[in-house]
Amino acid sequence: MFSPSLWRSTWAILRKDLRAELRGRVAINTLLLFAITTVVLVSFRLGPLGISRDQRAVTSIAVLLWIAIFFAAMSGLSRSFVAEEEAGTAPLLRLAASPAAVFAGKLLYNLLLVAVLEALVVLLFAALMNLRVGNPGLFAASLAAGGVGLGVATTIIAALVARASVRGALFTVLAFPLLLPLLVVAVGATELALAGAGWSKAWPELRLLAAYVLALLAASLLLFEQVWEG
Amino acid sequence: MNTEAVCLEIACLGKRYGSRWVFDNLSATIQQGETLVIAGPNGAGKSTLLRLLAGLEQPSAGTISYRVGKRRISPSQARQILGLVALDIRLYRELTALEHLRLFADLRGLSDDAAISGALLERVGLAERANDRVASYSSGMALRLKYALMLLHRPAILLLDEPTAMLDVGGRAMVAGLVEEQRERGIAIIATNDPRELALGDYLLNLGVTGETS
Repeated sequence: MFSPSLWRSTWAILRKDLRAELRGRVAINTLLLFAITTVVLVSFRLGPLGISRDQRAVTSIAVLLWIAIFFAAMSGLSRSFVAEEEAGTAPLLRLAASPAAVFAGKLLYNLLLVAVLEALVVLLFAALMNLRVGNPGLFAASLAAGGVGLGVATTIIAALVARASVRGALFTVLAFPLLLPLLVVAVGATELALAGAGWSKAWPELRLLAAYVLALLAASLLLFEQVWEG
Repeated sequence: MNTEAVCLEIACLGKRYGSRWVFDNLSATIQQGETLVIAGPNGAGKSTLLRLLAGLEQPSAGTISYRVGKRRISPSQARQILGLVALDIRLYRELTALEHLRLFADLRGLSDDAAISGALLERVGLAERANDRVASYSSGMALRLKYALMLLHRPAILLLDEPTAMLDVGGRAMVAGLVEEQRERGIAIIATNDPRELALGDYLLNLGVTGETS
């Protein structure tokens, strides 16, 4: 019997998805288009909010930043599984790869897309809305923790909806209640980072984000095989 | 490669979608070295039966069990000794033939040797198109690549759905050769209505007529 290495399989799936995406550019183009459109539209109407340091402006920036990230992610991250089902390639993966490797490969791929998306949105906010960050380390940590949560949640939800007939609508409908607590806490942590608060003040938010990610990851690992095998 | 004898047993197998039974009460035992041909009219469940045997769908009734030597193996273990070639299972349009072979060597934990990949593509007649993306392939070429992927892990249980439907004369000869080779490696199960392919089998399971093999 063959005993394929989990990491080798995971890396192979990640590499395959990246290669296919770079050649087809469906998810990347969708993410870029949505992120750019949202931030440009917001900046046109609200202007350089970051110049002001009052609490209202800081809260608005944090909320708008996560709204742009969330909706862009919703438009592109479901592709990881939906594309396999739509193209008829999912059975190939089911026959050759372990469910754990498929989940890990797809998760890493989605995390990479989220990282690219967050970097782009932050750059756009910096350029168009004069984003100023009081505590850059905390800002990066809140984006990273929120982004990992977003990546884990979208990966398992994408796997769940991939076989449904109304995938697009179902993805956002399922994702929103699952991601709402994450987004509320991520906005709070980002707000503190923008206002220049210390790490100790943001510690409760960061702990909540870490707990959310761990709980969701554990649940995903337990559920995925059942979801994938149908 | 597995060297122990394999055996596939189907007992009282049935599959239904909603309230409609596609087939019911199928029983068969296929031993090492044997080739079973499944025939029947459209909608009789030939492809569905192969998907059940491959573990891609779950039966509504009955059981499928695999044995290697005297050991009974789980469905997940069985996937490691199974190879399914079917028209409705698609390849990655953005990847080349060589990239497919590398991907599946990695997924199955096999050696990623360029010489092996080259020899497989030579065997299925795709050596000259090894670096072309699948999107540029004809249906027959894509089917040939599926045979190369199957040959990569040399499955003990070979499942073929309409195996030569898109192939030319050379392709049909290649498939006949593979089925003959499979007698030494394990079991072959072919779903077809093509008279030339019916002749490849030792037994015929006609889903339109009976649920038992003879």
